[in-house]
Amino acid sequence: MSMDITVNINGKEITVKRGTTILEAARNVNIHIPTLCYHDDLCISGICRICLVEVDGERTLQAACSIPITRPVTIKTHTERVRKARRNVLELMLANHYGECYTCFRNQNCELQKLAKEYGVDALKFEHVTEPRYEQDKTSAAVVRDKNKCILCRRCIRTCQDFQGVGALDATHRGYDTQIQAFYDQPMADAVCINCGQCITRCPVGALREKDFSDSVWQAIDDPSKIVVIQTAPAPRAAIGEEFGLPPGTSVTKKLNTALKMIGFDYVFDTNFTADLTIMEEGTELLGRLKDLLVDRKEAVLPMVTSCSPGWIKFCEHFYPKLLPNLSTCKSPQQMFGAILKTYFAQKAGINPANMVVVSLMPCVAKKFETDRPEMTSSGFKDVDFALTTREVAQMIKEAGIQLTQLEDSPFDDPLGLGSGAGLIFGATGGVMEAAIRTAYEIVTGEEAPFENLRVTPVRGMEGIKEAEIFIPKALEEWSFLEGKTLRVAVAHGTANARKLMDIVTQGIAQWHFIEVMACPGGCLGGGGQPIPTSEEIRKLRAKAIYGEDEQLTLRKSHKNPQVLKLYEEFLGTPNSHKSHELLHTTYTPRGVF
Amino acid sequence: MKLESRNNQIAQEVIEIVEKYNFQREKLLQILEELNDSYGYLSEFVMKEVAKNLQLTTTEVYSVATFYSFLNTRPKGKYIIRLCKTISCVLAGKNAVANALRNELGIDFGETTSDGKFSLEFTNCIGMCNQGPAMLINNDVYYHLDPEKAVEIVEKYQ
Ligand code: SF4
Ligand code: SF4
Ligand code: SF4
Ligand code: FES
Ligand code: FES
Repeated sequence: MSMDITVNINGKEITVKRGTTILEAARNVNIHIPTLCYHDDLCISGICRICLVEVDGERTLQAACSIPITRPVTIKTHTERVRKARRNVLELMLANHYGECYTCFRNQNCELQKLAKEYGVDALKFEHVTEPRYEQDKTSAAVVRDKNKCILCRRCIRTCQDFQGVGALDATHRGYDTQIQAFYDQPMADAVCINCGQCITRCPVGALREKDFSDSVWQAIDDPSKIVVIQTAPAPRAAIGEEFGLPPGTSVTKKLNTALKMIGFDYVFDTNFTADLTIMEEGTELLGRLKDLLVDRKEAVLPMVTSCSPGWIKFCEHFYPKLLPNLSTCKSPQQMFGAILKTYFAQKAGINPANMVVVSLMPCVAKKFETDRPEMTSSGFKDVDFALTTREVAQMIKEAGIQLTQLEDSPFDDPLGLGSGAGLIFGATGGVMEAAIRTAYEIVTGEEAPFENLRVTPVRGMEGIKEAEIFIPKALEEWSFLEGKTLRVAVAHGTANARKLMDIVTQGIAQWHFIEVMACPGGCLGGGGQPIPTSEEIRKLRAKAIYGEDEQLTLRKSHKNPQVLKLYEEFLGTPNSHKSHELLHTTYTPRGVF
Repeated sequence: MKLESRNNQIAQEVIEIVEKYNFQREKLLQILEELNDSYGYLSEFVMKEVAKNLQLTTTEVYSVATFYSFLNTRPKGKYIIRLCKTISCVLAGKNAVANALRNELGIDFGETTSDGKFSLEFTNCIGMCNQGPAMLINNDVYYHLDPEKAVEIVEKYQ
């Protein structure tokens, strides 16, 4: 049987591989077919019926997203019958869609709204609900749900199950009563949800969103008695431009600094600084665990697993509570920053930490939950007051009337505005590992890590699980126990991938010493707080921007960051010192699933 | 019995049933049916135990349990009245029967009388379409209903 089939779409002949869906074939010849339940990242579901097309020989209209081409057919994508059917589908969806576009956070970025316009829905033939049927669920510290806007496309379910391996949500009840729910109608705060926000970035409408703190931040900015400090994580700067019409993969780091200053933040700092600090702390912790094992012949919990991703932390607490000792005790860079700001920086700048409001710009929704964890008060205050997503900050910039793309550049503020390229690449999957390798290799051997232009390529890229082996040919005296050894590492992004690694670790057959896990696909650059939409292509472009920026920096290794060294000298002492432990390390809570 | 030992007992009973079906996930529906029969409804605890033993997420189990009108996920009255809400019965006068039942029991559909005796529910077609309106009280079928007849039947269960 031939693998190639020639089909005719709207009069255009195109040859495709057998099994290609009609949607894919149409896209190849730039014919647009609308979709709602379909998402590039997710498995096919075929339930919304917006993608109906006419296929010769078929009695009924066919769902283009889910019909594979198996014979030479003629397909028509915009006949009268198709147009009517699509409009009907939309009118039916809108009939029980309760929500006002102008108060909706997806206004102008809503797939339903866009299709309603594209397909000429100008009257609601089946009427329209006038009262909300469900109360909004605002219980979670991170994810807010409004079922009145839900179109039951089930993208969130597939994201949560297949991508994240969590399964917090499913469709419950039936027919008109069908709704997306957690187990036993639990409110989101009680659900087994890791707050990753991946469902938000794949929801076509405004049924899912992050808990919005921008008004509280405005309030702090407007309060003259408050010193408002913002730290910006590496991933948002490679994506926020998308909210202002720039193509994905345009870095706007320094324009963003200007915008944040204009908004009224008193200090704009770089989370890359504490990413570097994380490498110092986590690297020392890893080398310590290896020393315990190899020199002191003590029990050491290996592999050690990174702890920068609060979504991953909660995943581990729920699904692998027995592996919590494997997690590095390091707080995430966000939380380290908060703790350092309200102690070291407050002293240095003569600010009363009680009057300091620490805001963070994060690609992440789980970071909101993290700021609320009871452990995160080691400065004596809530270490980070508000974590804002890239989307919320974009909204604030717009609200302030600032034209981001037109701004001049400005640098980060001193002294916590200096981050290395190693800190920057924390924003991409594999970045923490790469940063750790750049530093650990050099500390152990005295020589630069043996990769061309410091590109640790085996841990880069979008493969779900990546592995690398780093051979240590010779070591400095202090580290002589590592001479001739091979350091084995693995990287996973998306918690469904992490699950695969953790199952191996649980069985006790893992050979790795160090594992990086990021809860979100692509790492932070694909975070749940990033601009919508997302796709692998978009994530790759954002990664490219981050790696590109790294190469333009002269400072590309965490342990060479002079401000970090100064922080140790003036305040912390040494990595993993008593003070470091107090401020920069944390503990975890086994939660379980049942 | 103390809650904990009661729970242990239920956990044990769940394992027995799941074992009978060889821990096969595709037998979820049969397993839920059996448990629903033994306990009258599927409690949060029962569903969690099922999920644990079949290695499903609790949400998946809940999704299946709520899909079927004959599986209960909340405690129900001793007698469950299920009135057919599908089109043939609607045309045959289901709405009037529904109102009579509401008045007689003083509760709405989806509710249970305060004495725990009756739950009132709608169901989809139960195959009595040519003799509608039709209803079930537990496993007994009643058809050709009208408001008076429906009330009379319910009174027999009082
Ligand atoms: S979800 Fe979309 S269509 Fe619905 S109110 Fe929001 S913007 Fe409008
Ligand atoms: S935030 Fe993450 S874990 Fe929670 S429901 Fe959404 S996808 Fe699932
Ligand atoms: S919440 Fe959003 S993603 Fe989930 S089913 Fe509803 S519309 Fe789809
Ligand atoms: S996009 Fe094809 S059925 Fe939803
Ligand atoms: S329609 Fe009521 S029993 Fe079939």
